Parts: sequence; C-alpha cells; structure tokens
Amino acid sequence: MASGGGHSPIEQFVIKEYVPLEAFGFNASFTNSSLYMVIAVSLITGFLILSTKGRALVPTRMQSISEIFYEFVASTVKDNVGPQGMQFFPLVFTLFIFVFVLNLLGMIPIPGITFTVTSHIAVTAALALLVIGIVIFYGLYKHGLGFFKIFVPSDVPPWLLPLLVPIEIISFISRPISLSVRLFANMLAGHIALKIFAGFIGVLLGAGAWAILAPLPLALTVALTALEVLVAVLQAYVFAVLTCIYLNDAVHGAH
Amino acid sequence: MANESDTQHAPGTTATKSGDDHTTQMSPADHAQHPAADHQKKEMHTSTEAHGGAHNDVGFPPFNAETFAPQLIWLALTFTVLYLILSRIALPRIGEIIEEREDRIQRDLETAERLKSETENALNAYEKALADARSNASEIAKETREKLSGEVDIERKRVDAEINAKVADAETRIAETQQKALASVNEIAGDVAKSLVSKLTGTDVSADEIQAALKAASANS
Repeated sequence: MASGGGHSPIEQFVIKEYVPLEAFGFNASFTNSSLYMVIAVSLITGFLILSTKGRALVPTRMQSISEIFYEFVASTVKDNVGPQGMQFFPLVFTLFIFVFVLNLLGMIPIPGITFTVTSHIAVTAALALLVIGIVIFYGLYKHGLGFFKIFVPSDVPPWLLPLLVPIEIISFISRPISLSVRLFANMLAGHIALKIFAGFIGVLLGAGAWAILAPLPLALTVALTALEVLVAVLQAYVFAVLTCIYLNDAVHGAH
Repeated sequence: MANESDTQHAPGTTATKSGDDHTTQMSPADHAQHPAADHQKKEMHTSTEAHGGAHNDVGFPPFNAETFAPQLIWLALTFTVLYLILSRIALPRIGEIIEEREDRIQRDLETAERLKSETENALNAYEKALADARSNASEIAKETREKLSGEVDIERKRVDAEINAKVADAETRIAETQQKALASVNEIAGDVAKSLVSKLTGTDVSADEIQAALKAASANS
C-alpha cells in the first residue's frame, strides 16, 4: 500500500505541482487543481459566450442551454431573495456554474490526471467564507448595526432571549462550516466510494475463481457513477440555494 | 535494522556454508540486499509519519496545509476572472437576449390583441350593416306592398265606380228606351186604332179620343 500509491482511494486527491511558482512569498505553483480551475473557467466562458454569439430570437440548441442555466439561477435568486436579490445574481451564477462544472469535470476519468477541485476543503471553505463575508458586509452596509437583529428572533418572550440568541449566533457561525463541509465531504466521499468499488473489480479478477463475482462491483460502480453525477449537480444547486438563503438575511434583515 | 538484515543474511549464509565458511564471499550479496531494505524502510517511514511535504502518498491530501496556498491563490484568480467575464459580458448578453424575446412576444401579443379587436369591430360593423340592410329592405318591401295595395284599392274603386256608373247609365238608358218603346207602342196602337177606325167606319176620330179609349181599354184589361 505504501509504495503502490496507485491503488489508494485517496491518491486521486493529491495535489500535484506541474509548474512551481511563487508569489509574494507564497507557494503559487500551477497544480492539477489550478489546471482544472483554468479548464472550468475556459469551458464556462467559452460556452456561454460562443453559444450566445448569434443572439438568436429563436435560440439554437447551445444558446438555449445557456438560457436555461441563466433562467434557472435567476429564478432561484428571485424565489429565495426576491427582486432586490438580482444584484447578487452574477455572484450566485458564478458560484453555481463554477461548482457545477468543477464537480462534473471531476467525474470524467482521465488516468493520472482527473482531479476534483471541490473535494478540497480549502476551496469549498474559501467559497463559503466569500458568501458569508458578503452576507455580513452587505448586511451591515444595508442595515447598519440593525443587521444583528437577525440574532434576535421576533415574537419571543424576553426571558427566552438569553437562550435563543446564543443559539442563533452559533447557527449563523455554523453556516460557512456546513456550506463548505457539505460540498467537500460529498465530493470526497463519493469519489472514494467509486474508487474502492472500482478497485474491487480488479482485486476479484485477480483472485482466480472469485473472478466470477467481478461483475457485481462493476454494476455497483456504474450505479454509483450515475449517483455521483446526480450528487455533483445537486451539490452545486444546494450551494447556490443556500447562498441565496443567506443573502436573503443580508437583503431583508431580521426575519 | 539489525533484525532485518539478519533475516536477510540467513539464506545467504546457509548457501555459502556448503562451499566456503568465509564471510568475505557474502559481502556482495549483503550489499545488494542492504540498500534495498534500507530504501524500503525509509519510504515506509515517511509515508506513515509525514503528513506534509510534496510526496504523492501523504496522509490525507485535503488536510495537507502546504497545498492550501496554491489552491487559494489559483481559486481567487480563476474565480475573479470568471466573475468578471460573466458579470460584464456573458450574463448581460443572455439577459438582453431573453428580455428582447419577451419584449417581442409581448409586442406580438399586443399586435394580435389589437388585430383581434379590429377584426371584431369590423365584424360588428358588418353585422350591423347587414341588419340595417335587412330592416331597410323589409321596410322598403313593406312600403312598396302598402303603396301597391293602396294603388290597387284606388284603381279598383275607380274601376268599380266607373262600372257602377256605366251600369247605372245603361240601366237608365234601358229604362228610357223601354219607356220610349212603351210610349211609341201607345202611339202606334193609337195610329193603328185610328186607321182601323177610319177604315172600318169611315169616320175620323181624334187622337185624343183614341188615346182615352186606349187608356180605358188598358185599364180594363
């Protein structure tokens, strides 16, 4: 196991430095993670811009895909934040499409290269902190100190407040944690499970008569792959929806 | 280390025992075995202990703090670029396309609504005209009928009156003729009677006598 790292289910999460770089004293190397982020950005911008080049009144297939993404995210924002939330639409769209494409790119198996950027807590935590940071700054900018009323539930007897306010504060602080851990853990666990079950196929094939059982993990791997694609899409959506719900607090203040 | 090399030694020792008991013969084999074991040991050591470092098989990669900096730097870079491109170019463009289409549909719907109401107006006007024409026609027909029947009545009355007049005229003329005839019958009868009397008696009688006699005779008969 130690030397034959190729079969370890967590080997796929290793960050590999392709081009060592340094910026402001930090290690800014171009890694497999960087590569996937650059690919994702290129794919997204390339697709969205090229597909809408014709500005067709009756959309082409590609243009209608772009429009579906746009309207999907726009309706999510409007439903959860309201019309005033549309100022955050580009942010939510960027978050959604970035996570969506990175999740799905991680599902395309390329031996020795495939990497899921969102399976790293550093990335998901940074995105979650970005969201919470915007919520706090915009909330304070819009409502001033009144923003902190979100910690004080209305219609509650005063003697309950000493109990409820700390609970509200803890729940607010746990938001970025749950937001980042949910995405990170889902992607990590799914890819580990896939790798383990796919590994069973090889092990069984190499185990003489047991090879007859090899189709079982193969079928399971196929099913898990489908499930993982679903999870990849769903987690991107969940991330976007939760972003909207948190932004709602910033836009509308106390609930 | 000593333990491991001992076990590695064992087969070599037994193999060489059959030939020569000298240990110098063992040294090449010993050297060949030693670095390999050493290397293996070292790798095992680093992989179990070190969670840091750029090794490919270290602990749990997502918690490897050394990789945080490059990930975050590239995330910031790529995410910012993506956000700028999307918010400046791609999303406004898609938004415009969708808005334009909605406007167009709205406009078309309004045009359709307008045309529909125009059609309805035209239809109403047509129906009204038709109804007017119908009532006019029946009016005219009624008037004509009344006028014609009036004329016919007048004509009939006139004709009736004419006929009546003619009938009356004819009747008076017949009566006159009858009277004349009757009168001339008396005269003729008088003449006949006078000539008869003169022939028979040879005396002339005056007409008045004869007339009186005739009257008396006709009164008797």
